[in-house]
Amino acid sequence: MSGILVYALHYEGAFNKNSLGAVSEGARLAAELGTECHAIVIGEGVSDDLAAQLGKYGASKVFRVEGPEGLAQPVIDAMEAAIAAGGHEYALFGGGLLGFEIGAGLAARLDAGVCMEVTNVRVEDGKLVAERPILQDSQISSVHYRSGVGVIISRLNAFEIKETGGTATVEDLAVEFKAHSLKAKMVQRGEQRGADVNIEDANILVAGGRGLGKKEGFDALEELAGALGGAVAATRAVVDAGWYSYSAQIGQTGKTVSPKLYLAAGISGAIQHKVGMQASENIVAINKDSNAPIFEFSDLGIVGDLNKIVPKLTEAVKAKKGS
Amino acid sequence: MKICVLVKEVPDAAVEKRINPSTGRLDRGGEKNLNPFDTHAIEAAMQLKEGGALSVDEVVAVTMGPESAKRALTKAVSLGADRSVHLSDEALAGSDVNGTGYALAQVLASESPDLVLLGQQSDDGECYTIGAVVADHLAMPSLTQVIKIDVEDGALRCERQAEYGYDTVLVELPAVISVGDAINEPRYPSLKAIMGAKKKPLETKAAGEVGIEADRVGYDNARAHCSDFAAPPAKAAGQIIEDEDTNETVEKIVAWLDERKLLA
Ligand SMILES: Cc1cc2nc3c(=O)[nH]c(=O)nc-3n(C[C@H](O)[C@H](O)[C@H](O)COP(=O)(O)OP(=O)(O)OC[C@H]3O[C@@H](n4cnc5c(N)ncnc54)[C@H](O)[C@@H]3O)c2cc1C
Ligand SMILES: Nc1ncnc2c1ncn2[C@@H]1O[C@H](COP(=O)(O)O)[C@@H](O)[C@H]1O
Repeated sequence: MSGILVYALHYEGAFNKNSLGAVSEGARLAAELGTECHAIVIGEGVSDDLAAQLGKYGASKVFRVEGPEGLAQPVIDAMEAAIAAGGHEYALFGGGLLGFEIGAGLAARLDAGVCMEVTNVRVEDGKLVAERPILQDSQISSVHYRSGVGVIISRLNAFEIKETGGTATVEDLAVEFKAHSLKAKMVQRGEQRGADVNIEDANILVAGGRGLGKKEGFDALEELAGALGGAVAATRAVVDAGWYSYSAQIGQTGKTVSPKLYLAAGISGAIQHKVGMQASENIVAINKDSNAPIFEFSDLGIVGDLNKIVPKLTEAVKAKKGS
Repeated sequence: MKICVLVKEVPDAAVEKRINPSTGRLDRGGEKNLNPFDTHAIEAAMQLKEGGALSVDEVVAVTMGPESAKRALTKAVSLGADRSVHLSDEALAGSDVNGTGYALAQVLASESPDLVLLGQQSDDGECYTIGAVVADHLAMPSLTQVIKIDVEDGALRCERQAEYGYDTVLVELPAVISVGDAINEPRYPSLKAIMGAKKKPLETKAAGEVGIEADRVGYDNARAHCSDFAAPPAKAAGQIIEDEDTNETVEKIVAWLDERKLLA
C-alpha cells in the first residue's frame, strides 16, 4: 500500500498543534492521491484515547510505539519500522525542532529525498511536490522526489488544522531500537526559564532582539510596552542568552502570536522568528541595518538606532495618550 | 580523543544570494567566508580541548566543497584546529542534503572521531539538518541546537531549547552535536595563528578514496530535485523611515500608529 505517514509529537497528554496541522494536511493529500493517511505516536504508556484522537484530523490508522519521547533517534527507528510494515510513500512532519531532526535522520536511513521549510504541497501526476521558499523567502522552489520515500518537513504553522470527525484504529508496533538511538537520554524536559509572562492575550507586543545589546536593554522596551498598553516579547537569541523569559519567546520553538501591533526592536527577522509573528496585523521594525530581512515584511520600517528612538518614542506615546 | 568539526564556505553575508536560472543552483560567485555558525562549533571544540575534562588530542576541521573551500579550512585552523581534511570531487557538485550528509559521513568515518561538532545552520543552505543525516549514517547519538555542553563521566550533558522549553540530555560518546550560536563567543584568531594556519597539514580526498558510491551523490543523483523557481505573491512594500532627526521620526511613528487606532 502507498500512503502518507505523519509523525505526531505530544507532550503532557496533548498533541502539538503543528502535528495536528500535519495530520490534517496528510489526510487532505492522501484523499487527493486516493490513499490513506496514517500517524505515528511514540511515548511511554500513550493511552488509547490520546492516540485515537488523531482520527478526528483524518488519520485512518495510528501506530503506537512504546519508547522514549522527546528525542529524535528512537522515532527514526519507529518510523522506519512503520514504513516497512505499511509501505508508505511519504513521511510528513509539522514544523518544529524534532520534526527536522527526525525527518533528516529518516531520509538518511531510507536514502530518501528530503525537503524542509515546506509551505505548500501539491499533487502532480499522482506524486507530491513540495514547495519551499528560499533566499529569505524571495523565491519559491518546487521539489520533486526521486526516491522510494519522500520526506516532507513543513515550516511552522504552514498547515491548517482541520477536524474531519473521522476515527482511527490504534495499532501497537513493537520496535527494536538501534543501540545508538538509546545513547542519548533525556535528563530534564521542558524546563521553563525566566518568569512566566503572558504575551498571548496582548493586543500590542513590543519585541526585542540581540540589537538591544544587553539584558538591561529590555528596560526601555518594558517602558515602551507600558506606554502602549502592551507586553514584551523576545527572540530566541536573547532568551538563550538569558536576557529575557522563555515564555515570551516568539518563533519556531516559542510562541505564535498575531497581535494588532508587533513592534520589533533590534530583531533581524530570521525565518524562525518570522513564522511566529508574521500574522500580526501591523508590523513595525526598528533596525539600524537597512538590509535587515525584517524590513521585507514590515508595514513600517525605521532604519536607525533603537537606543535613540525607543526612549523618545515612549515619551511621545505617553504625551499623545495623555492629550 | 579526536574531535572533527564540520565547516563550510558560504557567500559573505553582504553578498546578495541568488539562484542561477540556467543551472537551478545557488550562484556561488562573489566574496566568500567561513560559515559564521561554524565558528561556534570550532570554539566549542577548543573549549573542550582546553577545559581538560576530556583528553582531546586533536581537533580536525572537515569540509566538502570546491577548491576554494580550502579557505574555510585555513580559517578554521587559524581559530585553533590542528589540521584539516578537504573532501573535493567534481562528482559531489550539486549534491542535495541526503547526498551531502552521506558524503560527509563517509569522510568522517575515515577519521573515526569521538565527537563531531557542527554549526546550527549553513548561511546559504539553511537546512538545519546535516547533523541528523550524518549521525544516522555514523550510527552515533545526536542532538542539534545545543547551547551548553558539560562533560560528565566521559559523556556530554547538553542543553538546548526544543518545542516545550529547555531540555537537558545526556549524550554518550562518540556523538554528533550541532551547536547553537548562543553556546559561546568565538575568539578572534591571533596574527600568529593566521600566519601559521597555512603550514598546518591539509589533506585533500577524492570521493572514491573514502568509499563514496558515485550513484548516491551529485546533482544528477539528488533524491530531492529543486526546480521551477517562482516569485512569491508580491506583498505591498512597507513604508520606510530613515532616522535622521529622531524627534521627527518619532512624530511620524506616532502619527502612523494613531492613524491605525493603535494608541487608543
Ligand atoms: C531550529 C531553530 C529554531 C529556532 N527557533 C527560534 C525561535 O523560536 N525564535 C527566534 O526568534 N529565533 C529562533 N531561531 C534563531 C533564529 O534563526 C535567529 O538566530 C534569531 O531569531 C535571531 O535573533 P535576533 O534577531 O535577536 O538577533 P540577530 O539576528 O543577531 O539580529 C540583531 C539585529 O539587531 C540589529 N541591531 C543591532 N544594534 C542595533 C541598534 N543599536 N539599533 C537598532 N538595531 C540594531 C542588527 O542590525 C540585527 O539585525 C531558531 C533557529 C533554529 C536553527
Ligand atoms: N559541504 C559541507 N561541508 C562541511 N560541513 C557542512 C557542509 N554543509 C553543511 N555543513 C555543516 O552542517 C551545518 C548545518 O548546515 P545545514 O544543514 O546546511 O544548515 C553547517 O553549519 C556545517 O557545520
